[in-house]
Amino acid sequence: MRYSLASLLANALTGNKNWKPVWREPEPKRSYDVIIVGGGGHGLATAHYLAKEHGITNVAVIDKSYLGSGNVGRNTTIVRSNYLLPGNEPFYEWSLKLWEGLEQDLNYNAMVSQRGVLNVFHSDAQRDSFVRRGNAMRFHGADAELLDNDQVRALVPFVDLDNARFPIRGGLYQPRGGTVRHDAVVWGYARSADQRGVDVIQNCAATGFRVEKGRIVGIETEKGFIGAKKVALSVAGSSSRVGEMVGLRLPIESHVLQAFVTEGIKPLLDTVITFGAGHFYCSQSDKGGLVFGGDIDGYNTYAQRGNLPVVEDVAEGGMALIPAIGRLRILRSWGGLLDMSMDGSPIIDRTDIDGLYFNGGWCYGGFKATPAAGWCFAHLIATGQPHPYAAAYRFDRFASGRVIDEKGMGAQPNLH
Amino acid sequence: MSQINRLMKRGLVDRDKSISFRFDGQRLEGHPGDTLASALLANGIRLVGRSFKYHRPRGVLTAGSEEPNALVELRTGAHREPNTRATTIELYEGLDAASQNRWPSLKYDLLSVNQLVSPIFGAGFYYKTFMWPASFWEKLYEPTIRRAAGLGYPSKQPDPDTYEKANAFCDVIVIGAGAAGLSAALSAARAGARVILCDEDFVLGGRLLAERGEIDGKPTQEWAAAAAAELESFPDCRILRRTTVFGVYDGGVYAAVERVGDHLRKPAPYTPRQRLWRIVAKQSVVCAGAFERPIVFGDNDRPGVMLASAVRTYVNRFGVTPGRAVVVFADNDAALSTAKDLSDSGVEVRAIVDPRPDASPTAGQAATAIGAEYVSGIVDSVSGAHGIKSVRIKDTQGRMTLFNCDLLAVSGGWNPAINLTTHLGGKPVWDEARSCLVPGALAPGMRVAGAAAGRFSLDACLASGETAGGESARDCGFSPAAPSRSAPAQDDERVTPVWHVQSRGGKAFVDLQNDVTVSDVKLAAREGFRVPDHLKRYTTLGMATDQGKTSNLNGAALLAEVTGRYLGSVGSTTFRPPYTPVAIGALAGHHRGKEFRPKRLPPSHRWAEENGAEFVEVGAWMRALMFPKSGETAQETVDREVANTRNNVGVCDVSTLGKIDVQGPDAGTLLDRVYINGFSKLPVGKARYGLMLREDGFAMDDGTTARLADDHFYMTTTTANAVRVSQHLEFCQQVLWPELDVQTVSQTEQWAQYAVAGPQSRKVIEALLDSGQDISNEAFPYMACGTFTVCGGTPARLFRLSFSGELAYEIGVPARFGDALIRAIMDDGAEHGIGPYGTEALGVMRIEKGHAAGPELNGQTTAHDLGLGRMMSRKKDFIGRFMGEREALNEASRATLIGLKPLDPKMRVSAGAHLVPRHAKADAANDQGYVTSQAYSPELESFIGLAMLSDGPARYGEVVRVCDPLRNYETLAEVCSPHFVDPEGERLRV
Amino acid sequence: MRITCPYCGARGLEEFTYRGDATVTRPSSIDARATEAWVDYVYLRDNPAGLHKEFWQHSAGCRAWLEVARDTTTHEIVAVELAAKER
Repeated sequence: MRYSLASLLANALTGNKNWKPVWREPEPKRSYDVIIVGGGGHGLATAHYLAKEHGITNVAVIDKSYLGSGNVGRNTTIVRSNYLLPGNEPFYEWSLKLWEGLEQDLNYNAMVSQRGVLNVFHSDAQRDSFVRRGNAMRFHGADAELLDNDQVRALVPFVDLDNARFPIRGGLYQPRGGTVRHDAVVWGYARSADQRGVDVIQNCAATGFRVEKGRIVGIETEKGFIGAKKVALSVAGSSSRVGEMVGLRLPIESHVLQAFVTEGIKPLLDTVITFGAGHFYCSQSDKGGLVFGGDIDGYNTYAQRGNLPVVEDVAEGGMALIPAIGRLRILRSWGGLLDMSMDGSPIIDRTDIDGLYFNGGWCYGGFKATPAAGWCFAHLIATGQPHPYAAAYRFDRFASGRVIDEKGMGAQPNLH
Repeated sequence: MSQINRLMKRGLVDRDKSISFRFDGQRLEGHPGDTLASALLANGIRLVGRSFKYHRPRGVLTAGSEEPNALVELRTGAHREPNTRATTIELYEGLDAASQNRWPSLKYDLLSVNQLVSPIFGAGFYYKTFMWPASFWEKLYEPTIRRAAGLGYPSKQPDPDTYEKANAFCDVIVIGAGAAGLSAALSAARAGARVILCDEDFVLGGRLLAERGEIDGKPTQEWAAAAAAELESFPDCRILRRTTVFGVYDGGVYAAVERVGDHLRKPAPYTPRQRLWRIVAKQSVVCAGAFERPIVFGDNDRPGVMLASAVRTYVNRFGVTPGRAVVVFADNDAALSTAKDLSDSGVEVRAIVDPRPDASPTAGQAATAIGAEYVSGIVDSVSGAHGIKSVRIKDTQGRMTLFNCDLLAVSGGWNPAINLTTHLGGKPVWDEARSCLVPGALAPGMRVAGAAAGRFSLDACLASGETAGGESARDCGFSPAAPSRSAPAQDDERVTPVWHVQSRGGKAFVDLQNDVTVSDVKLAAREGFRVPDHLKRYTTLGMATDQGKTSNLNGAALLAEVTGRYLGSVGSTTFRPPYTPVAIGALAGHHRGKEFRPKRLPPSHRWAEENGAEFVEVGAWMRALMFPKSGETAQETVDREVANTRNNVGVCDVSTLGKIDVQGPDAGTLLDRVYINGFSKLPVGKARYGLMLREDGFAMDDGTTARLADDHFYMTTTTANAVRVSQHLEFCQQVLWPELDVQTVSQTEQWAQYAVAGPQSRKVIEALLDSGQDISNEAFPYMACGTFTVCGGTPARLFRLSFSGELAYEIGVPARFGDALIRAIMDDGAEHGIGPYGTEALGVMRIEKGHAAGPELNGQTTAHDLGLGRMMSRKKDFIGRFMGEREALNEASRATLIGLKPLDPKMRVSAGAHLVPRHAKADAANDQGYVTSQAYSPELESFIGLAMLSDGPARYGEVVRVCDPLRNYETLAEVCSPHFVDPEGERLRV
Repeated sequence: MRITCPYCGARGLEEFTYRGDATVTRPSSIDARATEAWVDYVYLRDNPAGLHKEFWQHSAGCRAWLEVARDTTTHEIVAVELAAKER
C-alpha cells in the first residue's frame, strides 16, 4: 500500500480499518541466498539495497528481539558528514546524500530534518583543528561554514557565549546536517525490504554458525537451522558476542552511551548543537523534547545502562552551554551498547570465513551511517568487492597501521 | 467563601491561614498544606489544561506525581517552569500558574479542531504523508508540527536559581514514607542502623494521609505523625522530605532530588532551589507505593473524571471535595471507601457502578449504606466537555440510566510502583492473581515492601515494611527486634481487572496526555506493531511527561486483547531513570557559567593580573596570553614581546607544563622504555629532549627530562598531556615492569617554573643566584641542569633549555615561592630590559624555531612525521617501538613536518588550510597536507607556517597552494625547513 | 558503580580511570616475527559478556593501578587487587 495524503484520507473515511501490516511475519524458509543477522537500521538498510540495487531478494533479516530494538532506537538521531579524514568523509557524505532522498526512496516519512549541525569552539587551537576539518569537508564536496560569534548568537541566541568558563569563539556549521526520526528509519527500511520480498524475522536469535571447509553454509537459530550462501553480521553493540560464536576476535570493545530526553516544550532549539569544552550535544525533537547526550561511560559493558557521574557530566555541559535549560526536566534516559573500535572508525569487510561478512565497530556514529552502511555492505555482499566509499573500513588496517583515527586517541576505545 | 468545595472539616490544611495565588491571572485562595491541584479544586476549578494532540479540555486526574493532565506553567519570566504537575506543587503565597498548550485561552482553544479530523490524525499518520515536495518538510510541515507540539513554553532565559550537590552514606535507605516505608524505617532505626528516609511529598505518610483507617488504635494520619516524630528522635536517621529518589545506580548508589525551595516564593537566602543527593546505601527498601489505574471508556478524559483514590486524598487530606454529586465506577472493593468518605463528608454519592462480571455483594451493601444506587454495569457515555454534567450507565441487561453528577470516581485496580526495581535491569513479573506487574529479581541489597511489592492492604504494608526494614538492618550487622506484625494472607488481594469497557461515548483514551486512544492501539496492532515497545514508539503511548504511569499497563492489556494473547506474556516496556522528571539544573549543580569547571592558576597569576595580562584558557589552566600596553594592537603586543625576548630578555611562566619526578635505581631504565631515545646514559647534570610514543606507534608527547642525580630524573611534559603521561608512567611502572625499582610522582603543582629567555638571560639569572654559583657557558652549558639557591637560600632548580631559540634558562622553585620569584626576576631583570611574554609570543617563537607542539602532536602523527624518525633507538625496547616501525607509519608519502613561507610575506598561512600542488585543483584527490600552526615572524617580517605535507622534506623550494575554502582564502607558499630562525642553534650555545 | 580500592576502601566511580582488558600481555621482546602477538596485544580484545578482568586506576586517590574482575552484564564487581604484582 503506497502512503500518501490521498491514502491517509481514504483510510480515514473507512475508519482506518484497511491499513495493512507494515511488514509480514513470515516463518523462516529452509535457506536463503543471504541471511543478515541483526534487524536494526544497518541490517534492514542492507536488505533494502541488496534488493533494490542488486536484485538480490532471496534474503532474510533475523533479529533476536523486535525490529529496531538495538541502537537504531536508542540514539540521539543526528545525521551529519562533518568528518576530517579521507577514509571517513566520502562515506558519511554519501550517507547524508542518501538521507536527503530517503523518504521518497522508501515512501515513508522519516522526518529527515536538515536543521543544521553546529560545533562551537573555544580556543584558537580548537578553531584551527575545526577549520582543518571544515576544509576537508569542502574538499570532498560537503558543505561547511565557519561562523563567528555574531553568527553563532543569531543561530542560538540563548547560548552562553561570553559569561562562560570557556567562552565560545565561533563555530563550524554544516547546514545540511540535522536529525531523522530514528524509529521511522527502521520501519521504512523494513517495509521496503519486505515489499521487495525480503523475509524479516523477529524474535529469532542466532545461536551458532555452521562452517564447512572454511565456508559458511548457514546459521543455527532459535527457530532451527537456516541455510545460507552468504551470512552478513550487522549486530553492532554485540559484535564480539556474535563474533565469538564463529571464532572472530575483534578490535572492538562494547561500551554504553547514555542519552536523555526532556519533557516536551514549545520550540527552543532549531539546530543541532555540540559543546566544544565538555561533553554535550543537543537537538529538539518534533515532539518538543530536547534530545541530548554526552560522553560514553567508558568501561566495557553489555548492560545497556550507565551510571550517575556521566549523567551529571552531561547536565553540567548542558548548563554551561545553554543555561536556559536549568528548569527543563529530563524525562527519560537510556543507554545504547556501542561497538567501540580501536581507532574510532567502523569496519565493513569480509572475514576469513568464505561467505561471512562483517559490519560493525560504529562507535557512536552508527545511526548517521545507516543508509551508506547498508549501501556499501550490500555492495560488498553482492559483488565481493569493497565499495569505494568504504574501502578504508577493512580489518587489516589495524595490523598495517593504516588506522582511521579521527580524534588521534590511539588504540584506547573509550577515548574515541 | 470563595473555596466552594472546601469541606468544613477533615484534612491537614490550616484553615486559619489563607494563601493567595493566581491561575491564568485569576486571583484565588487556598490554605497552607494545599497543593495547587487541591486549591484549584477547592475553588471549584475543574478545567486546568489541554491535551497534547487534540487539545481536549482536561482536569485533575490524580493527587500525585503520576498526573498526566493537570500540567501548568509555574512562575513567570526567567523562573517559568513548563509542564509542572499541579498535583505536586505545594501552594505558596503569591504562586502564579498558567494553563498551557492552548490558544487563545484555556476555554476556547482553536487547535481543538484537531479532534474533529482525528481519523486523519491516527497513530503514526505523519509517517505516511508530508513527503512531497521534499523541501517542504523543513520549510512548512515541520515548523507547523513543532509549533503545535510541545506543551509549555520554556523561558529561554538563564535559570536564575542555584543548585547544589550533596553526598550521603547510610546503612539503609528507605524510599517512600507511607505505611510500609515508615514501618521499615522504624524497624531499621530501632535496630541502630543509619537510616535515610526519602519521600517525594512534603508530609510523611503517603496513603496514610489520604485514608481513614486506624493503626494500633490511632487514626492513620496520627500514626504517621507519631512515626515521623519517633524517626526524628534517632540521631542517625535522616529524613528527606520533598525528596524523590529518581534513579538506582550500580554499587548501591541512589540518586535523589530534594526540592529545597520550590515550595517558597523564592528559595531562602543562601539555599539552593534544589539539591541533588548521591546516596550510598548498603541496603535499600523500596516502599514507593502503587498507582491506581483508570478504566478506559469513551470520553474518559473529561474534567471531573478522577481516580477514586485521588478523590479520597482530596477529601481526607486536603478537606476538599472535587465534586458535589458523585458516581463511583470501580472494579474493586477498595474503591468503595471513596463513596463512604464522600458520603461521610456530606457529599452526595448517586451511584456505585461495578463492571465486574462477578460483582461482589460488598459493593451493593456499600451503596445501600450510603443511599446510593448500585448498578452492575459500565459507564456508557459522559456528557459535558469542560466538566462532566452527567454519565449514562448501562447495566448488564443493557438498560440505560442517566445520573447527573459532576464527579466520576474511577478505579481499575492498582499497579505497584516498581519503577526503581527495574533500573538495574530487573525484569518485572506478571502476577495473575493481583493482575499487575510486581518486582522480579532485585538489585543487590534491595528489598521491596508494601504496595510496591503488590501488598496493597494496610496490614500487609505495615508488616512487610517492618520485616524488610529489620532484615535490611540485620544484613548491615545489627540485631533487629522480632517483627511485631504479621502480614495477612495474600489471597484477600485477588482482583478481577476491567481494563476497558465498550462504550458509546467518544474517544476512549489510554494515554491521556499523549492522546493515545483505543483506536490508535488497534490501528498499531493492525499495522504490525505488536510488542509493547513498538506500540510505544509508534503511538507514543507512555512517552508523555507522566511516563505512562497510568497508561502503560492499560495499553499492554488492550494490545493483548487485540492480538489475542495472554497479558502476562505480552511483556512490558522498560522503566528507566528518572522515576519522575528531574530538572537539568539540579543534575548540574553549581557547574555552570564561570564555575563550570575549576580554574587552575599558575603561581605568577596574581602578579600577571597586576601587570595587565590578558588570559586564555589552556585546558583547566588560565595562562597569560600577552601583556598589552595601552594603545597597542594585539599584533603589536606580540611583536614587541617577541622582539624584546630575542633582543634583550623575556620571562614566561611555564609552570603549567607537566612535571614528573622519577626516582630510584632503575629510573634510567624506565625512561629508556618510555622514550624513543635513550636516557640511562644521560650524565647527571644534563637534560635531554625526548619523544614518547603510544604503544600503537604514534607520538604521544614530548618534553625534556633532566638528570638531577644518578637515581633522580625530572621530566617535563606538555601542558595538555600532563595527566595522561603521568598515568602512563604509573601504568608502566606498576603494571608492565613492577620489577623495576623506581617511583614516579607528579609535581606539576609543587614547582613554579619560569622560562627566562634572551641574550641577557644569563645576567638576570646570575643576579638571582646566591653568590658563589657559576653559570658561565663553560660551567653550565646548553642543556645543563642543576640545583642552586636563589634570593638568599631558596632552593631552585635551573635548566639551560630553550623553547624560544635564544640563550635561555628555566628556573624552578617550590610553588610557594613562585610569586616572589617572578617579582625578583622582574626586579633583577629591569636593568637588562626584561619584559614578560605570554603564550602568544611563546607560540610565535616556537613556530619560528620549528618546534612541534599540540597542533603537530595531534595523536595522528608519528616520529617520522615530526622529523624525529632517526631518534628512534634500534638498541632497546620501548613503548611503541614495534608498532612504530611498521611501514605504514614511516613511508615517505606520509604528511611530514615542514615550514611554509608565503610568496607574499603579508599573506597569512592560514592554520587549518589544506595544501595542494601549485597548479592542481583544490579537491580531495590533490589534498596533500594541512597547515598546523601559523604566526607572523617579526624577525623574518613575514607570515610563516608549520604544516604537514606529503613527502614534505623532499620538497623544500617547491611552491604549494594554501587552500582555505572555508574562509574563502588562498595563497601560495614555498615549502621550507621548519627551522626559520637560527637553524643551526648558534644562539643557544653562547 | 563503586570500586573497593585495596588501599582506600570503597570509592565512587568518578575517582577511577578505566583502561581496559587486563588479560592481554605485552609481548616481552623485540622479535621481528612477533607481529601477530603485537596486533593481538594492541588491537584485539575478547570483550566478553560476563566476567571481565580489567585495569582501573584510582586516579583521584592513591594512584594505584588495579585489576578488577567485573561482570559486564550486571556491573557486579567480583574482585579487586593491585595490578602491581610482587616484586
